[in-house]
Amino acid sequence: MAYSAGTLPEAMNLIIAAHVSMCDECRAAVEAYDAVGGILMENVDTVEPLSEECLSEALAAIQQVEPEPVQAQPQRKDPKVPMPLESYIGGSLEDVRWRSIGMGVKQSILSTSPDATARLLYIPAGMAVPDHGHNGIELTLVLQGAFEDEDGRFACGDMEVATEDLQHTPIADVSEDCICLAVTNAPLRFNSFLPKLIQPLLRI
Amino acid sequence: MLRNFDIDLAEMPIAVAPAVRRQSSDSVKITEQPEVSTSRDLHPVAYWAECMVRIRDDRDQKAFVEVFQYFGPRVKSFLMKSGADAALAEDCVQDVMTTVWRKAHLFDPTRASVSTWVFTIARNRNIDIARRQRRAEPEELGWGPQPEPEQTEVIGLQQETERLGQALAGLPKEQRTMVEKAYFGDLSHSEIAAETGLPLGTIKSRIRLALERLRKGLT
Repeated sequence: MAYSAGTLPEAMNLIIAAHVSMCDECRAAVEAYDAVGGILMENVDTVEPLSEECLSEALAAIQQVEPEPVQAQPQRKDPKVPMPLESYIGGSLEDVRWRSIGMGVKQSILSTSPDATARLLYIPAGMAVPDHGHNGIELTLVLQGAFEDEDGRFACGDMEVATEDLQHTPIADVSEDCICLAVTNAPLRFNSFLPKLIQPLLRI
Repeated sequence: MLRNFDIDLAEMPIAVAPAVRRQSSDSVKITEQPEVSTSRDLHPVAYWAECMVRIRDDRDQKAFVEVFQYFGPRVKSFLMKSGADAALAEDCVQDVMTTVWRKAHLFDPTRASVSTWVFTIARNRNIDIARRQRRAEPEELGWGPQPEPEQTEVIGLQQETERLGQALAGLPKEQRTMVEKAYFGDLSHSEIAAETGLPLGTIKSRIRLALERLRKGLT
Protein backbone atom coordinates (compact mmCIF):
# COMPACT_ATOMS: atom_id res chain seq x y z
CA MET A 1 0.00 0.00 0.00
CA ALA A 2 2.81 2.42 0.86
CA TYR A 3 4.50 1.62 -2.45
CA SER A 4 1.30 2.47 -4.22
CA ALA A 5 0.86 5.65 -2.20
CA GLY A 6 4.40 6.65 -3.10
CA THR A 7 5.56 7.32 0.44
CA LEU A 8 8.38 4.77 0.68
CA PRO A 9 12.11 5.46 0.71
CA GLU A 10 13.79 5.08 -2.66
CA ALA A 11 15.52 1.80 -1.74
CA MET A 12 12.19 0.20 -0.80
CA ASN A 13 10.52 1.40 -3.98
CA LEU A 14 13.38 -0.20 -5.87
CA ILE A 15 13.05 -3.65 -4.31
CA ILE A 16 9.27 -3.68 -4.61
CA ALA A 17 9.39 -2.62 -8.26
CA ALA A 18 11.97 -5.34 -8.87
CA HIS A 19 9.88 -7.98 -7.12
CA VAL A 20 6.68 -6.94 -8.86
CA SER A 21 8.52 -7.32 -12.18
CA MET A 22 9.02 -10.97 -11.27
CA CYS A 23 5.69 -11.74 -9.57
CA ASP A 24 2.24 -11.26 -11.12
CA GLU A 25 0.49 -11.96 -7.83
CA CYS A 26 2.10 -8.93 -6.23
CA ARG A 27 1.77 -6.82 -9.37
CA ALA A 28 -1.97 -7.38 -9.17
CA ALA A 29 -1.92 -6.44 -5.48
CA VAL A 30 -0.05 -3.21 -6.23
CA GLU A 31 -2.45 -2.32 -9.04
CA ALA A 32 -5.39 -2.97 -6.69
CA TYR A 33 -3.88 -0.50 -4.23
CA ASP A 34 -3.39 1.94 -7.11
CA ALA A 35 -7.15 1.65 -7.65
CA VAL A 36 -7.71 2.71 -4.03
CA GLY A 37 -5.52 5.74 -4.69
CA GLY A 38 -7.51 6.56 -7.82
CA ILE A 39 -10.79 6.35 -5.96
CA LEU A 40 -9.50 8.57 -3.14
CA MET A 41 -8.22 11.09 -5.65
CA GLU A 42 -11.49 11.08 -7.55
CA ASN A 43 -13.55 11.59 -4.39
CA VAL A 44 -11.52 14.23 -2.55
CA ASP A 45 -13.73 16.31 -0.28
CA THR A 46 -12.66 19.67 -1.73
CA VAL A 47 -11.97 19.92 -5.43
CA GLU A 48 -9.45 22.68 -6.14
CA PRO A 49 -10.49 24.76 -9.16
CA LEU A 50 -7.81 25.27 -11.81
CA SER A 51 -6.93 28.58 -13.39
CA GLU A 52 -8.07 28.99 -16.99
CA GLU A 53 -4.51 29.23 -18.25
CA CYS A 54 -3.87 25.76 -16.96
CA LEU A 55 -6.11 24.14 -19.54
CA SER A 56 -5.17 26.43 -22.42
CA GLU A 57 -1.47 25.88 -21.74
CA ALA A 58 -1.96 22.14 -21.56
CA LEU A 59 -3.85 22.24 -24.86
CA ALA A 60 -1.03 24.26 -26.40
CA ALA A 61 1.45 21.76 -24.98
CA ILE A 62 -0.23 18.74 -26.53
CA GLN A 63 -0.12 20.38 -29.96
CA GLN A 64 3.66 20.16 -29.72
CA VAL A 65 3.64 16.54 -28.66
CA GLU A 66 3.97 13.86 -31.22
CA PRO A 67 2.06 10.79 -30.10
CA GLU A 68 4.57 8.41 -28.61
CA PRO A 69 5.19 5.56 -31.00
CA VAL A 70 4.35 2.15 -29.64
CA GLN A 71 7.72 0.81 -28.66
CA ALA A 72 8.85 -2.73 -28.56
CA GLN A 73 9.09 -4.27 -25.12
CA PRO A 74 12.51 -3.28 -23.78
CA GLN A 75 14.68 -6.28 -23.10
CA ARG A 76 16.61 -6.96 -19.93
CA LYS A 77 20.35 -6.68 -20.41
CA ASP A 78 20.79 -9.54 -17.97
CA PRO A 79 17.91 -12.02 -17.68
CA LYS A 80 18.58 -12.25 -13.93
CA VAL A 81 18.29 -8.51 -13.38
CA PRO A 82 14.77 -7.08 -13.44
CA MET A 83 14.63 -3.78 -15.32
CA PRO A 84 14.08 -1.44 -12.35
CA LEU A 85 17.38 -2.64 -10.87
CA GLU A 86 19.39 -2.36 -14.06
CA SER A 87 20.40 1.28 -13.86
CA TYR A 88 21.29 0.97 -10.18
CA ILE A 89 23.90 -1.71 -10.81
CA GLY A 90 25.14 -0.53 -14.19
CA GLY A 91 23.61 -3.25 -16.36
CA SER A 92 24.19 -6.86 -15.44
CA LEU A 93 25.35 -8.86 -12.43
CA GLU A 94 28.75 -9.06 -14.14
CA ASP A 95 29.10 -5.29 -13.71
CA VAL A 96 28.58 -5.29 -9.95
CA ARG A 97 31.58 -4.09 -7.96
CA TRP A 98 31.59 -6.53 -5.06
CA ARG A 99 33.34 -5.98 -1.75
CA SER A 100 34.12 -8.93 0.43
CA ILE A 101 32.61 -8.87 3.91
CA GLY A 102 34.09 -12.15 5.12
CA MET A 103 33.45 -15.90 4.84
CA GLY A 104 33.10 -15.56 1.10
CA VAL A 105 30.05 -13.30 1.44
CA LYS A 106 30.25 -10.18 -0.72
CA GLN A 107 28.13 -7.05 -0.89
CA SER A 108 27.63 -4.01 -3.03
CA ILE A 109 25.74 -1.02 -1.66
CA LEU A 110 23.56 0.77 -4.19
CA SER A 111 23.19 4.50 -4.30
CA THR A 112 19.74 5.56 -3.06
CA SER A 113 18.29 8.19 -0.74
CA PRO A 114 19.63 7.69 2.81
CA ASP A 115 16.34 6.79 4.52
CA ALA A 116 16.87 3.11 3.67
CA THR A 117 19.80 1.09 2.35
CA ALA A 118 19.79 -1.24 -0.66
CA ARG A 119 22.59 -3.74 -1.17
CA LEU A 120 23.29 -6.73 -3.32
CA LEU A 121 24.48 -9.75 -1.37
CA TYR A 122 26.48 -12.62 -2.79
CA ILE A 123 26.34 -15.71 -0.60
CA PRO A 124 28.38 -18.72 -1.76
CA ALA A 125 26.44 -21.97 -2.08
CA GLY A 126 25.84 -23.58 1.29
CA MET A 127 27.14 -20.58 3.25
CA ALA A 128 25.19 -18.99 6.11
CA VAL A 129 24.78 -15.32 6.96
CA PRO A 130 25.39 -14.88 10.71
CA ASP A 131 22.33 -15.17 12.92
CA HIS A 132 20.65 -11.76 13.22
CA GLY A 133 17.49 -9.88 14.20
CA HIS A 134 16.06 -6.64 12.85
CA ASN A 135 15.58 -3.17 14.25
CA GLY A 136 13.29 -2.32 11.37
CA ILE A 137 12.23 -4.00 8.15
CA GLU A 138 14.49 -6.12 5.99
CA LEU A 139 13.25 -7.05 2.52
CA THR A 140 15.23 -9.68 0.64
CA LEU A 141 14.62 -10.51 -3.03
CA VAL A 142 16.33 -13.54 -4.56
CA LEU A 143 17.86 -12.91 -7.99
CA GLN A 144 19.84 -16.13 -8.35
CA GLY A 145 19.92 -19.41 -6.43
CA ALA A 146 17.87 -19.73 -3.26
CA PHE A 147 18.16 -19.49 0.51
CA GLU A 148 16.46 -21.01 3.46
CA ASP A 149 15.84 -19.70 6.95
CA GLU A 150 13.46 -20.07 9.89
CA ASP A 151 10.64 -18.68 7.69
CA GLY A 152 11.02 -21.14 4.82
CA ARG A 153 12.74 -21.45 1.48
CA PHE A 154 13.03 -18.48 -0.88
CA ALA A 155 13.81 -19.09 -4.55
CA CYS A 156 14.41 -16.81 -7.52
CA GLY A 157 11.81 -14.02 -7.60
CA ASP A 158 10.64 -14.58 -4.02
CA MET A 159 10.88 -11.78 -1.51
CA GLU A 160 11.17 -12.29 2.23
CA VAL A 161 9.75 -9.64 4.51
CA ALA A 162 11.56 -9.73 7.86
CA THR A 163 10.34 -7.49 10.67
CA GLU A 164 11.47 -6.89 14.22
CA ASP A 165 9.92 -10.19 15.32
CA LEU A 166 12.07 -12.35 13.10
CA GLN A 167 15.46 -13.67 14.19
CA HIS A 168 17.02 -15.63 11.32
CA THR A 169 20.09 -17.34 9.88
CA PRO A 170 19.70 -17.41 6.10
CA ILE A 171 21.62 -20.28 4.47
CA ALA A 172 22.25 -20.34 0.72
CA ASP A 173 21.22 -23.47 -1.21
CA VAL A 174 24.08 -25.84 -1.88
CA SER A 175 23.25 -26.06 -5.57
CA GLU A 176 24.22 -22.52 -6.56
CA ASP A 177 25.69 -19.29 -5.20
CA CYS A 178 22.88 -17.05 -4.05
CA ILE A 179 22.53 -13.42 -5.11
CA CYS A 180 19.96 -11.24 -3.37
CA LEU A 181 18.86 -7.66 -3.28
CA ALA A 182 18.35 -6.69 0.37
CA VAL A 183 16.87 -3.49 1.72
CA THR A 184 16.90 -2.39 5.35
CA ASN A 185 15.63 0.75 7.03
CA ALA A 186 17.53 0.16 10.29
CA PRO A 187 20.72 -1.66 11.30
CA LEU A 188 20.53 -5.41 11.83
CA ARG A 189 21.03 -6.94 15.28
CA PHE A 190 23.77 -9.56 15.20
CA ASN A 191 24.07 -11.93 18.07
CA SER A 192 27.70 -12.96 17.88
CA PHE A 193 30.59 -10.71 18.67
CA LEU A 194 32.53 -10.54 15.39
CA PRO A 195 29.75 -9.43 13.05
CA LYS A 196 28.71 -6.87 15.70
CA LEU A 197 32.24 -5.48 15.70
CA ILE A 198 32.57 -5.00 11.96
CA GLN A 199 28.90 -4.06 11.41
CA PRO A 200 29.42 -0.26 11.31
CA LEU A 201 32.16 -0.65 8.71
CA LEU A 202 29.87 -2.62 6.45
CA ARG A 203 26.88 -0.28 6.96
CA ILE A 204 24.76 -3.36 7.55
CA MET B 1 -9.01 16.28 -35.23
CA LEU B 2 -7.28 19.61 -35.05
CA ARG B 3 -10.48 21.46 -35.71
CA ASN B 4 -11.56 20.44 -32.23
CA PHE B 5 -9.00 22.81 -30.84
CA ASP B 6 -11.19 25.83 -31.37
CA ILE B 7 -13.53 24.86 -28.56
CA ASP B 8 -14.52 28.01 -26.74
CA LEU B 9 -12.69 27.64 -23.47
CA ALA B 10 -14.28 30.72 -21.95
CA GLU B 11 -17.65 29.06 -22.11
CA MET B 12 -16.54 25.95 -20.34
CA PRO B 13 -16.78 25.88 -16.57
CA ILE B 14 -13.50 24.97 -14.96
CA ALA B 15 -14.85 22.79 -12.19
CA VAL B 16 -16.85 19.90 -13.51
CA ALA B 17 -19.49 17.92 -11.73
CA PRO B 18 -19.24 14.14 -11.58
CA ALA B 19 -22.04 13.44 -14.01
CA VAL B 20 -20.76 14.32 -17.43
CA ARG B 21 -22.42 13.54 -20.72
CA ARG B 22 -21.57 14.18 -24.26
CA GLN B 23 -24.53 15.76 -26.01
CA SER B 24 -23.73 15.83 -29.66
CA SER B 25 -20.72 15.42 -31.79
CA ASP B 26 -19.94 19.12 -31.85
CA SER B 27 -20.51 20.44 -28.38
CA VAL B 28 -19.39 19.42 -24.95
CA LYS B 29 -21.97 19.98 -22.29
CA ILE B 30 -21.35 19.55 -18.65
CA THR B 31 -24.20 19.23 -16.27
CA GLU B 32 -24.85 18.31 -12.68
CA GLN B 33 -28.21 16.73 -13.30
CA PRO B 34 -28.31 13.17 -14.49
CA GLU B 35 -30.31 13.15 -17.68
CA VAL B 36 -32.50 10.75 -19.53
CA SER B 37 -30.38 8.03 -20.93
CA THR B 38 -28.86 8.35 -24.36
CA SER B 39 -26.65 5.97 -26.21
CA ARG B 40 -23.78 7.76 -24.48
CA ASP B 41 -25.30 7.38 -21.07
CA LEU B 42 -22.60 5.34 -19.46
CA HIS B 43 -21.53 4.87 -15.92
CA PRO B 44 -18.72 7.34 -15.07
CA VAL B 45 -15.99 4.66 -14.93
CA ALA B 46 -17.03 3.40 -18.37
CA TYR B 47 -17.47 6.92 -19.69
CA TRP B 48 -13.94 7.96 -18.80
CA ALA B 49 -12.52 4.76 -20.19
CA GLU B 50 -14.27 5.57 -23.45
CA CYS B 51 -12.81 9.09 -23.44
CA MET B 52 -9.34 7.60 -23.02
CA VAL B 53 -9.93 5.27 -25.93
CA ARG B 54 -10.92 8.28 -28.04
CA ILE B 55 -7.75 10.07 -27.00
CA ARG B 56 -5.71 6.97 -27.71
CA ASP B 57 -7.18 6.02 -31.07
CA ASP B 58 -8.42 9.32 -32.53
CA ARG B 59 -6.24 11.86 -30.68
CA ASP B 60 -9.58 13.43 -29.82
CA GLN B 61 -8.91 16.80 -28.16
CA LYS B 62 -12.45 17.26 -27.00
CA ALA B 63 -12.19 14.06 -25.01
CA PHE B 64 -8.90 15.40 -23.63
CA VAL B 65 -10.59 18.61 -22.49
CA GLU B 66 -13.24 16.58 -20.69
CA VAL B 67 -10.71 14.39 -18.97
CA PHE B 68 -8.70 17.48 -18.06
CA GLN B 69 -11.65 19.33 -16.59
CA TYR B 70 -12.77 16.41 -14.51
CA PHE B 71 -9.48 14.95 -13.34
CA GLY B 72 -7.29 18.09 -13.40
CA PRO B 73 -8.84 19.74 -10.32
CA ARG B 74 -8.81 16.39 -8.52
CA VAL B 75 -5.13 15.89 -9.27
CA LYS B 76 -4.54 19.40 -7.95
CA SER B 77 -6.39 18.61 -4.70
CA PHE B 78 -4.46 15.39 -4.28
CA LEU B 79 -1.14 17.19 -4.75
CA MET B 80 -2.08 19.97 -2.35
CA LYS B 81 -3.14 17.45 0.26
CA SER B 82 0.27 15.85 -0.17
CA GLY B 83 1.90 19.18 0.62
CA ALA B 84 2.31 21.07 -2.68
CA ASP B 85 1.32 24.74 -2.90
CA ALA B 86 -1.31 25.84 -5.43
CA ALA B 87 1.09 27.11 -8.11
CA LEU B 88 3.31 24.01 -8.02
CA ALA B 89 0.22 21.80 -8.06
CA GLU B 90 -1.06 23.50 -11.21
CA ASP B 91 2.25 23.11 -13.00
CA CYS B 92 2.15 19.49 -12.02
CA VAL B 93 -1.43 19.08 -13.29
CA GLN B 94 -0.27 20.32 -16.68
CA ASP B 95 2.58 17.82 -16.73
CA VAL B 96 0.29 15.01 -15.66
CA MET B 97 -2.31 15.81 -18.28
CA THR B 98 0.26 16.15 -21.04
CA THR B 99 1.54 12.74 -19.99
CA VAL B 100 -2.01 11.38 -20.22
CA TRP B 101 -2.07 12.57 -23.84
CA ARG B 102 1.40 11.31 -24.65
CA LYS B 103 1.09 7.91 -23.01
CA ALA B 104 -2.51 7.21 -23.91
CA HIS B 105 -1.41 4.08 -25.80
CA LEU B 106 -0.35 2.53 -22.47
CA PHE B 107 -3.81 2.81 -20.94
CA ASP B 108 -5.31 -0.66 -20.53
CA PRO B 109 -8.98 -0.57 -19.49
CA THR B 110 -8.87 -4.21 -18.38
CA ARG B 111 -6.27 -3.42 -15.74
CA ALA B 112 -7.10 0.05 -14.50
CA SER B 113 -9.82 2.66 -14.46
CA VAL B 114 -8.92 6.14 -15.72
CA SER B 115 -8.86 7.45 -12.13
CA THR B 116 -6.37 4.72 -11.19
CA TRP B 117 -4.21 5.47 -14.17
CA VAL B 118 -4.21 9.24 -13.69
CA PHE B 119 -3.48 8.71 -10.01
CA THR B 120 -0.35 6.68 -10.76
CA ILE B 121 0.93 9.36 -13.15
CA ALA B 122 0.25 12.12 -10.62
CA ARG B 123 1.88 10.17 -7.80
CA ASN B 124 5.05 9.55 -9.80
CA ARG B 125 5.25 13.18 -10.86
CA ASN B 126 4.76 14.18 -7.25
CA ILE B 127 7.68 12.02 -6.13
CA ASP B 128 9.91 13.44 -8.86
CA ILE B 129 9.16 17.01 -7.89
CA ALA B 130 8.57 17.02 -4.18
CA ARG B 131 11.13 14.49 -3.08
CA ARG B 132 13.66 14.83 -5.86
CA GLN B 133 14.27 11.14 -5.82
CA ARG B 134 13.88 8.41 -8.33
CA ARG B 135 11.02 6.01 -8.15
CA ALA B 136 11.63 2.59 -9.57
CA GLU B 137 8.68 1.33 -11.60
CA PRO B 138 7.99 -2.31 -12.43
CA GLU B 139 8.79 -3.58 -15.89
CA GLU B 140 6.00 -2.62 -18.26
CA LEU B 141 3.95 -5.46 -19.64
CA GLY B 142 1.59 -3.53 -21.85
CA TRP B 143 3.97 -2.63 -24.64
CA GLY B 144 3.86 -3.85 -28.17
CA PRO B 145 0.87 -4.81 -30.26
CA GLN B 146 -1.97 -6.13 -28.18
CA PRO B 147 -5.16 -7.93 -28.96
CA GLU B 148 -8.18 -5.67 -28.52
CA PRO B 149 -9.55 -6.48 -25.04
CA GLU B 150 -12.84 -8.26 -24.64
CA GLN B 151 -15.60 -5.83 -23.67
CA THR B 152 -16.66 -8.13 -20.84
CA GLU B 153 -13.20 -7.82 -19.29
CA VAL B 154 -13.40 -4.04 -19.44
CA ILE B 155 -16.82 -4.07 -17.82
CA GLY B 156 -15.64 -6.55 -15.19
CA LEU B 157 -12.83 -4.25 -14.13
CA GLN B 158 -15.21 -1.29 -14.03
CA GLN B 159 -17.61 -3.16 -11.79
CA GLU B 160 -14.85 -4.20 -9.43
CA THR B 161 -13.61 -0.61 -9.27
CA GLU B 162 -17.10 0.57 -8.39
CA ARG B 163 -17.47 -2.10 -5.73
CA LEU B 164 -14.14 -1.09 -4.26
CA GLY B 165 -15.30 2.53 -4.23
CA GLN B 166 -18.49 1.59 -2.41
CA ALA B 167 -16.54 -0.48 0.10
CA LEU B 168 -14.20 2.45 0.68
CA ALA B 169 -17.14 4.80 1.21
CA GLY B 170 -18.73 2.31 3.59
CA LEU B 171 -15.67 1.89 5.82
CA PRO B 172 -15.97 3.04 9.42
CA LYS B 173 -14.78 6.64 9.63
CA GLU B 174 -11.57 5.82 11.50
CA GLN B 175 -10.45 3.25 8.97
CA ARG B 176 -11.30 5.48 6.06
CA THR B 177 -9.29 8.32 7.57
CA MET B 178 -6.36 5.97 8.01
CA VAL B 179 -6.47 4.90 4.36
CA GLU B 180 -6.65 8.54 3.25
CA LYS B 181 -3.72 9.49 5.45
CA ALA B 182 -1.67 6.66 4.03
CA TYR B 183 -2.17 7.98 0.50
CA PHE B 184 -1.69 11.62 1.36
CA GLY B 185 1.58 10.83 3.05
CA ASP B 186 0.78 11.36 6.72
CA LEU B 187 1.28 7.88 8.09
CA SER B 188 4.37 5.99 9.16
CA HIS B 189 4.96 2.64 7.50
CA SER B 190 4.21 0.56 10.57
CA GLU B 191 0.87 2.30 10.91
CA ILE B 192 0.06 1.53 7.29
CA ALA B 193 0.89 -2.13 7.83
CA ALA B 194 -2.24 -2.44 9.98
CA GLU B 195 -5.38 -3.93 8.46
CA THR B 196 -7.29 -1.56 6.22
CA GLY B 197 -10.52 -3.53 6.09
CA LEU B 198 -10.71 -3.11 2.32
CA PRO B 199 -11.91 -6.06 0.24
CA LEU B 200 -9.14 -6.00 -2.34
CA GLY B 201 -9.44 -9.66 -3.26
CA THR B 202 -11.95 -9.37 -6.09
CA ILE B 203 -10.33 -6.49 -7.92
CA LYS B 204 -6.99 -8.22 -7.44
CA SER B 205 -8.17 -11.38 -9.16
CA ARG B 206 -9.67 -9.26 -11.94
CA ILE B 207 -6.33 -7.52 -12.51
CA ARG B 208 -4.50 -10.84 -12.31
CA LEU B 209 -6.69 -12.23 -15.07
CA ALA B 210 -5.86 -9.20 -17.21
CA LEU B 211 -2.17 -9.75 -16.53
CA GLU B 212 -2.41 -13.39 -17.54
CA ARG B 213 -4.13 -12.39 -20.75
CA LEU B 214 -1.32 -9.94 -21.44
CA ARG B 215 1.39 -12.51 -20.76
CA LYS B 216 -0.30 -14.91 -23.15
CA GLY B 217 -0.53 -12.17 -25.75
CA LEU B 218 3.16 -11.46 -25.41
CA THR B 219 4.45 -14.99 -25.76
